[in-house]
Amino acid sequence: MSAHDHETHAGSHGTMGSYMIGFGLSVLLTAIPFWLVMNKTFANPQVTAFIIMGFAVVQIVVHMIYFLHMNTRSEGGWSMMALIFTLVLVVITLSGSMWVMYHLNANMMPHMEHDMSQMP
Amino acid sequence: MATRSQIDPAFLDNDGKPLFHLGEEPHHPEGSSTALGFWIYLMSDCLIFACLFATYAVLGGNYAAGPGPRDLFDLNLVALNTAMLLFSSITYGFAMLAMEKNRVGATQAWLAITGLFGLAFLSIELYEFAHLIHEGATPQRSGFLSAFFALVGTHGLHVTFGIVWLVTLMVQVGKKGLIAANQRRLMCLSMFWHFLDVIWIGVFTFVYLMGMLR
Repeated sequence: MSAHDHETHAGSHGTMGSYMIGFGLSVLLTAIPFWLVMNKTFANPQVTAFIIMGFAVVQIVVHMIYFLHMNTRSEGGWSMMALIFTLVLVVITLSGSMWVMYHLNANMMPHMEHDMSQMP
Repeated sequence: MATRSQIDPAFLDNDGKPLFHLGEEPHHPEGSSTALGFWIYLMSDCLIFACLFATYAVLGGNYAAGPGPRDLFDLNLVALNTAMLLFSSITYGFAMLAMEKNRVGATQAWLAITGLFGLAFLSIELYEFAHLIHEGATPQRSGFLSAFFALVGTHGLHVTFGIVWLVTLMVQVGKKGLIAANQRRLMCLSMFWHFLDVIWIGVFTFVYLMGMLR
């Protein structure tokens, strides 16, 4: 393995400092949502739900950067391309399933108004 | 042909006729593409979890007059579980740092600690599952419970195989030391382990915390 290879190898693994920053941020980003839900800080559960989803997204990004060492340069940018492609598929799978199945549920309910109006 | 002389010699055969493929395959050092290949595997695993999350999103409200998340989940236990997995992530990071300094003993010690945190996570999860099943909240009880056990169970299965893999690598490092092949394997397991922690962020947020808000 050449010296150049070794350099990129070491650079892609992070340092003690970067691991500790990632760990500290993760602890904070985990503790706050748990505290928000356990203490019922906000009266409106929808507000809490949106906030904890925000925290989850930020924590996933933190893990990607500090633990999985994702950046736009690794593997000539191909790992980032694979990640973006996967994220697109994940968003389509999740939002598509929820959207379609919500409408299916809503339209298949037996006691809907327009069904009842056609009853004899 | 006047242009023949301008063709890159790599694309000409011995008689000077143009080739439509490289005369010689470009040389890649062994294992140079493992990281990308393993990353693509992780992305496909991510799609499995996306499907399970989507299933939970669709079925998560179908209690079939059975128990719901509020009746079943204990957030203290989930917080403890989350802490175990987070600790195991940072200790795996320390193992990788020790590996880079070529310290076999420290690497093995941090790997062992990581494995113990992983085992603690699994034990707590199995305790939770046993408790749920004891209360009659089995996967057959409702759509919500089927989707819950499928999603959280698949994650737990991944952690189980991660621990098996970790023990295997500890044996290999013990026998052969931190050779290039073992460093590559440890790097792959590192990606796998941190990836499982990323999935767990989704699980505790979407299943447990948001379940308590319903």
